Amino acid sequence: MPAKDKVSLKINTLWCKGCGICVFICPKEVLEIENEKVYIKDLDNCIKCGQCEYHCPDYAIYLEEEK
Amino acid sequence: MPSELINNYFRTETLPHIWCPGCGNGIVTRAIVKAIDNLNIPKDDVCIVSGIGCSSRAAGYLDFNTLHTTHGRALAFATGVKLANPKLHVIVITGDGDASAIGGNHLIHSARRNIDITTVVFNNSIYGMTGGQYSPTTPMGDKATTAPYGSIDPNFDLCELANAAGATYVARGTVYAVNILEKVIQEGISNKGFSFIEAIATCPTYYGRKNKKGSAVDMIKFLKEHGVMYTAWQKMSEDEKIGKFPIGKLYTKERKEYTEQYQMLIDSLGKESNQ
Ligand SMILES: Cc1ncc(C[n+]2csc(CCOP(=O)(O)OP(=O)(O)O)c2C)c(N)n1
Ligand code: SF4
Ligand code: SF4
Ligand code: SF4
Ligand SMILES: [Mg+2]
Repeated sequence: MPAKDKVSLKINTLWCKGCGICVFICPKEVLEIENEKVYIKDLDNCIKCGQCEYHCPDYAIYLEEEK
Repeated sequence: MPSELINNYFRTETLPHIWCPGCGNGIVTRAIVKAIDNLNIPKDDVCIVSGIGCSSRAAGYLDFNTLHTTHGRALAFATGVKLANPKLHVIVITGDGDASAIGGNHLIHSARRNIDITTVVFNNSIYGMTGGQYSPTTPMGDKATTAPYGSIDPNFDLCELANAAGATYVARGTVYAVNILEKVIQEGISNKGFSFIEAIATCPTYYGRKNKKGSAVDMIKFLKEHGVMYTAWQKMSEDEKIGKFPIGKLYTKERKEYTEQYQMLIDSLGKESNQ
């Protein structure tokens, strides 16, 4: 697992089905649903725990290593 | 662009998948892939075998050797694959209906033989694909297309069934407790013998709607509140256990593995004919 300052939160809006699971799972209230898609409301609060990625049924949100 | 994990192990040209918004199947499928990735098993050394059902469609999305077979028969095909090439890690992806209704016979005998196959049942308590008929795991009293007034059939506890039939690794995870699900799948793959993992999944479209379980999020919340780690479960009173269920590693045992027994038989016969 790369260091937390080397990863960033990514969203693939095309694959998101707006189920809201990531919004519920996120411990820091970073995410919200807007027009049936996930959207990052408060990136500064993100602790890069990856819980949204583990629980997204559609692989539409994830942490990516910065290159 | 999908994540590295998804890119490495999925046929990304087939995504986004067909499953409904909030369906738990995608979560279980990712946990399986993550478990394989944690174990560093080369993709070509894995064969995923599935039956028929929403859950069984997972095989088509995955970039391993994959076999999408007929309803209930995944374990029969998997047994053939494993005996033909015992070095393969054979992983069966199946639904509650696929594994325990039409395929119940294959399940108990695979467990009885203790053949080195890891079976992951995506248990959503319903036949999702065909429109919400009740399955052997639909809780008694719950509704389904075929049980409009509530099912009078007592439901199976699949982990107890697999354990009693002889499985040497038995565990349960949920689409809420994904870290545990990933861990028990990993342990199941590492066990040399029949490993049975019940992944409690969610079908908001049929089981959820028929039983007024709310949204996909409500269903995940339910799993959070009712799944108890087995270590804590063992300390609970019978009253405290009502409505709850244990998760994590439940049973392990030592038994002879089937493909090894088969090879020993072949070797012994070879010696005889050389004399
Ligand atoms: C021999 C046969 N009988 C019946 C069916 C119809 N059928 C397709 S999927 C299914 C049940 C699926 O339920 P489950 O295994 O729980 O999978 P889910 O869709 O819930 O993931 C049935 C009865 C079939 N395809 N083949
Ligand atoms: S969990 Fe995934 S599909 Fe559901 S809202 Fe979040 S990003 Fe979208
Ligand atoms: S990584 Fe953790 S904190 Fe950041 S959005 Fe995802 S769940 Fe929330
Ligand atoms: S019907 Fe149920 S199991 Fe099938 S894809 Fe939809 S939510 Fe998932
Ligand atoms: Mg089912």
